[in-house]
Formats: sequence, structure tokens, C-alpha cells
Amino acid sequence: MTHPLLSVEEVVVDFETRAGKARVLDHVSLEVASGEILGIVGESGCGKSMTALSIMGLVPDPPGKVTSGSIKLEGRELVGLDHESLRRIRGKDIGMIFQEPMTSLNPVFTVGEQIAESIRLHENASPKAAMARAVEMLRSVEIPEPEMRAKAYPHQLSGGMRQRVMIAIALACRPRVLIADEPTTALDATVQAQIFDLLQDLQSEMGTAIILITHDMGAIAELADNVAVMYAGRVVEKGRVETVLSAPEHPYTKGLITCVPHLEPDPPIEREVLMEIPGVVPALTELGVGCAFAPRCAEKIAQCESAKPALRASPDAHLTACWVAEQEAGR
Amino acid sequence: MAELNSPDDLPAVKATHPAREMAVMFFRNYNAVFGLILLIAILLFTFVGPYIHTVDPFEMVWAPFARPGEEGFLFGTDYLGRDILSAMMAGGRVSMAIGLAAALISLIIGVTVGAFAGYYGGWIEELLMRFTEFFQVLPTLLFSMVIVALFGASLLTVTLAIGVVSWTAVARVTRSEFLRIREMEYVAAARSGSAKDGYLIFRVILPNALPPIIVQANLMVGSAILFEAALSFLGLSDPNVMSWGQVIGSNREYILDAGYAVAIPGFAIFLTVLAISLIGDGLNDALNPKLRQR
Amino acid sequence: MSAGSRNSALVVEDLKVHFGGGSSLFGPKPTVHAVDGVSFSVPAGKTFGIVGESGSGKTTTALAIMRLVHITAGRVALGDTPIGELEGEDLRAARRQFQIVFQDPYSSLDPRKRAGEIVREPLDLMQIGTRAEREAKVAELFEQVGLRPEQRVLFPHQFSGGQRQRLGLARALSTEPDLIVCDEPVSALDVAIQAQILNLMARLQRELGLTYLFISHDLGVVQHICDEIAVMYLGQIVEQADRVTLFNNPQHPYTKALLAAVPTVHGNKRDRRNRTRLKGDPPSPVNLPTGCRFASRCPIAEVRCSKVAPPLEDRGDGHKVSCLLV
Repeated sequence: MTHPLLSVEEVVVDFETRAGKARVLDHVSLEVASGEILGIVGESGCGKSMTALSIMGLVPDPPGKVTSGSIKLEGRELVGLDHESLRRIRGKDIGMIFQEPMTSLNPVFTVGEQIAESIRLHENASPKAAMARAVEMLRSVEIPEPEMRAKAYPHQLSGGMRQRVMIAIALACRPRVLIADEPTTALDATVQAQIFDLLQDLQSEMGTAIILITHDMGAIAELADNVAVMYAGRVVEKGRVETVLSAPEHPYTKGLITCVPHLEPDPPIEREVLMEIPGVVPALTELGVGCAFAPRCAEKIAQCESAKPALRASPDAHLTACWVAEQEAGR
Repeated sequence: MAELNSPDDLPAVKATHPAREMAVMFFRNYNAVFGLILLIAILLFTFVGPYIHTVDPFEMVWAPFARPGEEGFLFGTDYLGRDILSAMMAGGRVSMAIGLAAALISLIIGVTVGAFAGYYGGWIEELLMRFTEFFQVLPTLLFSMVIVALFGASLLTVTLAIGVVSWTAVARVTRSEFLRIREMEYVAAARSGSAKDGYLIFRVILPNALPPIIVQANLMVGSAILFEAALSFLGLSDPNVMSWGQVIGSNREYILDAGYAVAIPGFAIFLTVLAISLIGDGLNDALNPKLRQR
Repeated sequence: MSAGSRNSALVVEDLKVHFGGGSSLFGPKPTVHAVDGVSFSVPAGKTFGIVGESGSGKTTTALAIMRLVHITAGRVALGDTPIGELEGEDLRAARRQFQIVFQDPYSSLDPRKRAGEIVREPLDLMQIGTRAEREAKVAELFEQVGLRPEQRVLFPHQFSGGQRQRLGLARALSTEPDLIVCDEPVSALDVAIQAQILNLMARLQRELGLTYLFISHDLGVVQHICDEIAVMYLGQIVEQADRVTLFNNPQHPYTKALLAAVPTVHGNKRDRRNRTRLKGDPPSPVNLPTGCRFASRCPIAEVRCSKVAPPLEDRGDGHKVSCLLV
């Protein structure tokens, strides 16, 4: 890979909770280049959203704290920057869209005003020029009749339309990185497909780097270039999407792929029993010394419960943190 | 693969009696315990006190306006030379009884009206809410003065008057909670478990609507005590019964010369209201299973 | 005894659920045609799936069959019981035969009641058995859905999402119903937990001979668990077939678009761009078009589509399609 646009290196985030200290991100390293889509998958509570917040400099402090590590945007260190500099970077250099577009939009301003507002926050534009840009943004996210829609309030738009508005706000200042945190969870399948198309277009036309957070392996397969699978605050497997999906090494990745009933064009007549990942994601305050996935893992060996495996390159150039995979590779 | 439907393990389950669990939760809340101690102290003062300090609160025992501490009068004497300590003891019982009874009355009316309006909706709601608004726009003090003037100034009429004018807030809070909770899926689940309306209203929705109602009821005990004080202050309460409001009311003209005669019952009302709201708050938390876990 | 003989089939004929209408202070209220003439039947012991997007009326259909919303017109019968016509005490008594599992395992359990009490509630309300028998039944149900009986004393918030959905299932099973209506039972769960619940539901169906009406927007899940599937759009069924046929040979343009919209692990970036996409959002069920309801978004619509409403016709082998063009 050439020089990454954004790189997250060995980031550790700790939370002080009543139940004790929780390491919500444990030496997470990721990188994304211009015009590339990086997918992050995992169950809730695995640290996907926290990774996004740490990039945005929005880790709630207290109780959270970036304990160590570095996040670089084009070589510029973001960890430890003051609030004002971070605020300028958010929106201008890094944009973010969220799961629920209704609660992320302000109900008392028109969507045009909200897009113009975010332009004026970062650029020296006159109100009129900002509004004209806002209409342009609405047009670029394929909202029909953008002049009219700019005057609409969020509740007057459909869910899909609102998510487009969120994307328009996030992209208003042409950020180089866009973080999309489960952007289509609240949307219908046909609308989800439209939003995904839009993200792909933006990425290829504007060269935006996109970090797509999702639990849907299908979305990863069809959209992302690279994928990182997270579990209990750690990256357990990462690499090119084709390699990870066709030859997953970590049992958790395998589980995530096989436990979901995937749509088959030719379904078998006999129904199969779905493969299960038993149990639930552990509480981060109760992690032991071993691999966090070991209690749910069907393939675990003695080593899994005594030490945490580190990410290790496999022959097809993707990284896996698993003792079993390591053992098999060594054989 | 074997049927892998094993439950994910929870920490060991301890079966404790619900009442015990609630008590534990309540007593872990320092504010609530402080409120409880305060209330017990006030109750002891008003109920046990008169057996120790046996002075008739209506009897002239000394010259008027003995300062607190003077001549052995802990709280001094009022404008008629009556012992304020005795008046405080006797008055506390009445004030608290009026406060609790009036709050109870408004709670019963308010919850009933609000629950039915919120649960049934439609014309029932329209009718009940117009009825509520009617009471809401009445000037409360004036209205209760009319009731007392019509039916005579006895403890009963004063309590009723206070209850009747102060239930509207409870009704509004109850209705809005019912409107929210009746849409919850667990209500639909109970309905498909063949629950009747009464069960849904009182066993499913009401328990979940309680927190804001309890807060409202707390406020009401306090405001009822104050309301009775206001009526006494205006000379509209039962003159033959000593209450804290009565003490304030009868000494109001001498507030500049003998401020203590007004300040002491005022402070007592403040402490009582404080104690009751701290307890109410603690009860509310103890009743909420979500806060009860640790 | 075979599982099928205990159960009775669900029959739904021309079901209509309309909301609103009438007039208010501010003029006439619009009528929402949430469900507008839906017919299907489910053989005992089978799973019938309804898929569709928001506003398609799939959840309203489920609630109408559960008698939780008012039925405007049509017939609903479960075996010999005309559940669509019952009222009052008769309806309450009949509820024993049909139960529901909701989508949101957080709002479908009363937070003030203990898990055991929640599962026992239908038994208490219908006064089935003695108190001791009910307790024993609840303990048995807990085991059946993969919970520990001693967890009965816990409150809902002390369970994880998957466990809460197990509780919802236990509650639905408590009255030993013939039919369980499942309204998006796994949509709110984490992907890894969905499989646990789906396998549990399949096992319970095998063991108890249950009939499921399964509502979902997730085509993968529907394909996995259903025997027969109906695709709904704006209050009507546009296509219905058995699970193999529907996915193998979809006919209606909406079904095709819906299938194309779902990203799968077998897909990749290049294939994705070559699929047909629907434009816009589903129209609102307030102002319904006169002709085919899908015409405004249909990639192959012709002029006549917006004039004539296509009937749902059997194209052989029970594969029903409502489209003038295919």
C-alpha cells in the first residue's frame, strides 16, 4: 500500500467504569488510503464505534481516555490535539454519518440551513454562497428537486432522504475521510442499496477515503476494499476483502460469515441448521489473560486461555490474531 | 453439531425476596435514610413530645412574646402568651395529617382521571381532559376559600378543599405517561395474553408510570401543608385545631416584633417537606428494578 | 400423534385494515390503507413468511391476525376458530391458541416484572392450571428455550438481547398455542445471536409442531426459515411462492429488485454495479395510485400499469404473481 491517508497505530482507549477499568480499544491499528473503503465488522460492544470516535477525537472524557497510540491524518498527529484544532479537523477533514439520521439532524432548522451552517463553520463563505453550496450538495447526493428540499425540515423527509442529507452535511467541506457508522441499519433494503451506491460514487469521484462500520458481511463483500474484524476491543483479523472472505482464518470471522443466513439464488430444498457462535460478547471489565474469544470458540486449544494472540501475517498476506491459525500455519 | 442453545452464563442468581431487595436498595441511599431519620424525629416530636411536655397549647402560660429560651420556654410564647413548643407538637400532627390526606385524595382523583384518559383516548380522553382543564384554570386559593366558606372551616373540609384543587397536575402527568406506555410492546404482549383493561391499566401500565407520579405526589404533600398554612394564615382553617399554619397565621401581625413565632413553624414545614421528598425519591429508586441490580 | 394433527391451519381471506378516516375539527382525516385485501393460508406445522419494506403492511397484517389492531374487513380463521370475528370473553379464551413474539426484546418485556412472572402471565390471566402447576410449567419453558429455571427471579434488564428474545418465546409458548406470529423476531439482535434464536425456533417447531407466521424484512432470514413466502408492497401481496421457487425464479419486478438490493458475501464490487436499482422511496399508503401500486418505481412499467390494478394470479404450482407484464 502507498502512503495511507489516515493511519491508526496501536491505539489504546480505557474507560473507568463503576465495575472497574475497561480497555475498550486494545492496540488497534488500521489504515486507509485515498479512494479506498475500509470495512470494520463485529458485534455491538466490539469497539467498532469507539474506533470511529477516537479518530474523530470524540472519546467521552471522562470516563474514557486515549491511553496510548497515535492517529495520523496525512502524517499529522491527531492524538493530544487541543479541542479547537480537533473541531476544525472534524467536518473539514474527517466527516461522519451515523446510524439514525433523525436524531442526528436538528428538527427546528431546514436541511438547507444545516448544510450551510456546517459549510460556514469551516469556510469563510457568505450565507448566500453557503446556501447555494448546500443546494449543490443536495443535488450531488441525488436528492430530487434540491432547491425545494433545502427548505424542508427533517421530519418532512423520508428515512432514506434524511440519510442523504446527513451524507451531504458530512461531505459539505469535502473531507478526505468519511466515517460511516452503520449508515443503513435503519433503512429499507432498496433504500440501503441506493445509499451504498451513493457512497461508492462519492468515493470514486471525490477520492474520499471511507471507513464503513457495519455488522453485515454482505455489505463488506460488495463495498469494501479492506476489512478489519474486531472483537472485544481488538482487531482479530484484517486484510483484503477477497482474501478474508474467501479464506477466513479467525474462528470469529468464520462464525460471522456462516452464522448469518445468506441469500442464495438457489436455496437447498432441505433447510440446514445455522452454525452458531454460542454465548455473547464478554463484558470488557471481565477479560482474562487469554484470547477474549476463547470462551465462545469451538476450536480453542490450551494456549488460547493463557495468552492473547498477536496479529500475525499469513501466507496470503492478511493478518490474523489466533493461536490455532498460527499453529496450523507453522505445521 | 449438537443443539447449541446453551444459555450464556450469568453470575450466580441469588433469589431474594422482592421486599427485602427493595429495603436494601432504600437503605443504601443515604439521602433517603437521612429523610427517614428526619421524619421519624418529627413524628416522635409531635406524637411522643406531648407526653413529656404536657402544656396545653391553647392555655395562656406566660406573658406574650417570651423569646425562645426565656423563662424555660424553649420556643418562647406567642402573642397570647401561649407556649409555642406545645403548639408545634400539637400542630405537627394536624399539618402532617392534612398534608398526607390531601395528597392521597389528589393522587386518587388525579391517577384515576389521568389513567382512564390516557388509556382509552378518544372522547373519554377529551371529556376527562376538559374536566381537568376546568379545575386547572380555577384560582385554587379562591376556590378552596369558597369551599371552606360554604361548608364551614373544619379539618375535613380543609383537607378536601386542598385535595380537590390540586389533583390536576397528577392527572396530566399520569395521562402523558399512559399515552407513552400504552404503545409499548409489552402492553400488546399482555393483551395477547388475554389481559383485560383493568389488568392492563393497573398492573401493567400504572407500575411503569409510577416514577413521575411519585415525584408529583411528593411535591403535593409539601404543597398541601403549605396550602393549609395559607388558609390558616387567612383565618380560614379550623380555629379550634392547632396546626403549624395556624401558628404562622395567628402570629403574622407581629412578625416584626416576634419573627421567631413565624420562623419556627416555617422551618418545621420546610424540614417535613424535605424529609418526605427525600423518602419519596428513595422509594422511587427502590421501586425501579433497573436501579436495584447492584 | 403426528405434530400436524394437533394444529390447525391459519386462513386469511381478503383482510383489510384501514386507519383513520372520518373527520375531525380540521377537515376530513386521511385514510391509511395499511393492509388492503390480503389472502393466504398456512398449513399446520409450516412457516409462512411475509417480507416487505416499511409501510408494506406486513406488521399490521400480523397485528390484525393477533387481534391487536382493528380488522376493517375480511376473515381470519385458525382451524375451526373464527378468530377474526370473536369479541370479549370468547376472544380472550381463544387467545390461548395464538401468541406473538415481538421485534424489540427491550420494549416487549415489562421492566417491572420478573422473568418468571412475565412468562407465567398468560397462564395467570387465563387461569390455566393451579399455581404450582403454572410454576412448574414456567420452569419447564425456561429449560425449553435454553434458559436456566433459577433465572426466573431476574428482571428483564439483567438479560442479554438474545436471552430476552428467548423469554419472549417462552411467554408465547406458555399457553401451548398452535400458531405463533413472529414479528421480526431477530432483527434487533446481533448477527451472532440471530443464528441462536433461528435455530431455537426451528427446533421448537420440530418438537411442538408449531405453525409460524414469520414477518421480516431480511430476505436471508426468511429464505432460511420459511416454507412459503409472500412479498408485500403497499398493503398487498405482489408475489407468493414456496421458498425454492421464489428465490430461484422470482417474477415480480419488485421481488427482483428486492433480491438485487441485498448485499451478499458472494457478491463483489463489480457485480454490484450491474444490478437494477429502484429509485425513490415507497409511496405513502395514504394516497394510493389507481393502477399497480408499484408502477411509480417499477423499471419496466408501461402506460397501462398505472391504469389497471393487476390481480394476484396463480401461475402454476401455487406461484402467485400480481403483475400485468410477466
